[in-house]
Amino acid sequence: MNEQPEQLRNFTINFGPQHPAAHGVLRLVLELDGEVVARVDPHIGLLHRGTEKLIEQKTYLQAIPYFDRLDYVAPMNQEHAFCLAAEKLLGIEVPRRGQLIRVLYCEIGRILSHLLNVTTQAMDVGALTPPLWGFEEREKLMVFYERASGSRMHAAYFRVGGVHQDLPQKLVDDIEAWCDPFLKVVDDLDRLLTANRIFKQRNVDIGVVPLKEAWEWGFSGVMVRGSGAAWDLRKSQPYECYAEMDFDIPIGKNGDCYDRYLIRMEEMRQSVRIMKQCIQKLNAPDGKGPVVVEDNKVAPPRRGEMKRSMEALIHHFKLYTEGVHVPAGEVYAAVEAPKGEFGVYLISDGTNKPYKCKIRAPGFAHLQAMDHICRGHLLADVSAILGSLDIVFGEVDR
Amino acid sequence: MDDAKLDALGQTIVSALPGAATGHSVAFNQLTVEVEVSKIVEVVKYLRDDPSCRFVSFTDITAADYPSREKRFDVIYHFLSPTLNARIRLKAQADETTQVPSLIDVFPGADWFEREAYDLYGVFFVGHPDMRRILTDYGFEGHPLRKDFPTTGFVEVRYDDQEKRVVYEPVRLNQEFRKFDFLSPWEGADYPVLPGDEKAGPKV
Repeated sequence: MNEQPEQLRNFTINFGPQHPAAHGVLRLVLELDGEVVARVDPHIGLLHRGTEKLIEQKTYLQAIPYFDRLDYVAPMNQEHAFCLAAEKLLGIEVPRRGQLIRVLYCEIGRILSHLLNVTTQAMDVGALTPPLWGFEEREKLMVFYERASGSRMHAAYFRVGGVHQDLPQKLVDDIEAWCDPFLKVVDDLDRLLTANRIFKQRNVDIGVVPLKEAWEWGFSGVMVRGSGAAWDLRKSQPYECYAEMDFDIPIGKNGDCYDRYLIRMEEMRQSVRIMKQCIQKLNAPDGKGPVVVEDNKVAPPRRGEMKRSMEALIHHFKLYTEGVHVPAGEVYAAVEAPKGEFGVYLISDGTNKPYKCKIRAPGFAHLQAMDHICRGHLLADVSAILGSLDIVFGEVDR
Repeated sequence: MDDAKLDALGQTIVSALPGAATGHSVAFNQLTVEVEVSKIVEVVKYLRDDPSCRFVSFTDITAADYPSREKRFDVIYHFLSPTLNARIRLKAQADETTQVPSLIDVFPGADWFEREAYDLYGVFFVGHPDMRRILTDYGFEGHPLRKDFPTTGFVEVRYDDQEKRVVYEPVRLNQEFRKFDFLSPWEGADYPVLPGDEKAGPKV
């Protein structure tokens, strides 16, 4: 046995951009040594639409719909970050009912996103039932989106200064009625997956991220909580009325795919808890009132007013053509989006259009660590890891 | 953290890094430190390791373009300190040829963010092992987020049925790109002549 082994060459394969487990338009160039991943080179940008460039050309109001199209499984959470940034520059505070509605819909967005992620992660490792169950609930939630904003996904409901319209009482009641039965659905999913032998074999100890690395790589949200940091912007830097909500932050111990799955499951339950508190506060006497600031330089006057008042009509016209003038300055506003810290860095030069709007998407930071996390794992683990990173290409590619 | 504490933190940083950190300001409850672009790695290492800072979490790198300035770019870094529960913004000035030291050895997460800043603005980072374009098309030319890059771009693509492939052609607009100037002529705007007034000659 003295002969030299033949020159061995690693095998390179192309994963995506049309692979169902690629969660959209991800193209991974995988270098394989047998079945072991030696290198991952993600090619992104296939969904790049130049959102940041377009926002520079539009008024602040016209910029909002672009945010729905970033992380399109939880649209309102993105709008929220932009509105917070603009509101900081304008120095306005959203009325209480507006804040409550925002929080309510942010939590609906969180459940929308986690439902999609948890169930498709299960699908990536071979389970077909969870997506069917999860998507039924997502559909109901999207109806709530539609009843508030007129649109199932691309809502453009959060506006600078509040939300576009008040919620009808019937809708608030229906959301309340949805909460408790949904907890049963989560329990069902829990029974289906958490103790499932195959699901555990595919996820436990896969894609472990130590906490120090998680910070260095710019991870946020579930990705740092899975590694053991009790860090949630809703608690640590509360915005809107999160400070008065009572909820818990689940954290993981091992930083693997399975812990991240467990955290998402628990966060859905916590979101329902927040939603119930919001509804209770919306129904209380001090939860009534305006949903948007009553300064007509920022928010449009009501339709009825416009029929009678010339000034209101002028305000309406000016707002929808010229838009809001935002004072010069720069600000970074971040929200705890379902996928992590979604930040908007806004530079205003005092005109009606942003001078620059940088969108800091959590998925972008998570996906760049694919090479780091996947090295040494098997090919089949790539899709499990990708699933637990929770990637949506709208926000990665912008 | 309130403004006074942020201000104190900014002063500590500026005095600890003479020549590297040149100034600081607090606005909207956010701390900005101006840094010398060649010393950026030193500043970031200090912010990460100093026990009074602990900015261990990387958040963002981006740039902003001011074409009228001599050094047209601001390279902007954001970091987060979970210990202090505070954010910091670093700003460094650069132009098209400035070699900005890469942060990749300090924060591996800087990788794609630097590639993005290079792709969209043309800020050049040295020490980065893999300085490819990231968001734009394979073979794209130009840096689209620069203010002098037209929103319509220069090329458009379509599938050619004869050649059976996607072909690139110069952009052809059937209608002129519509850019509205809604800045009000009677509120705040500073026009030398109101639009349209140039047509009216002096009364005879």
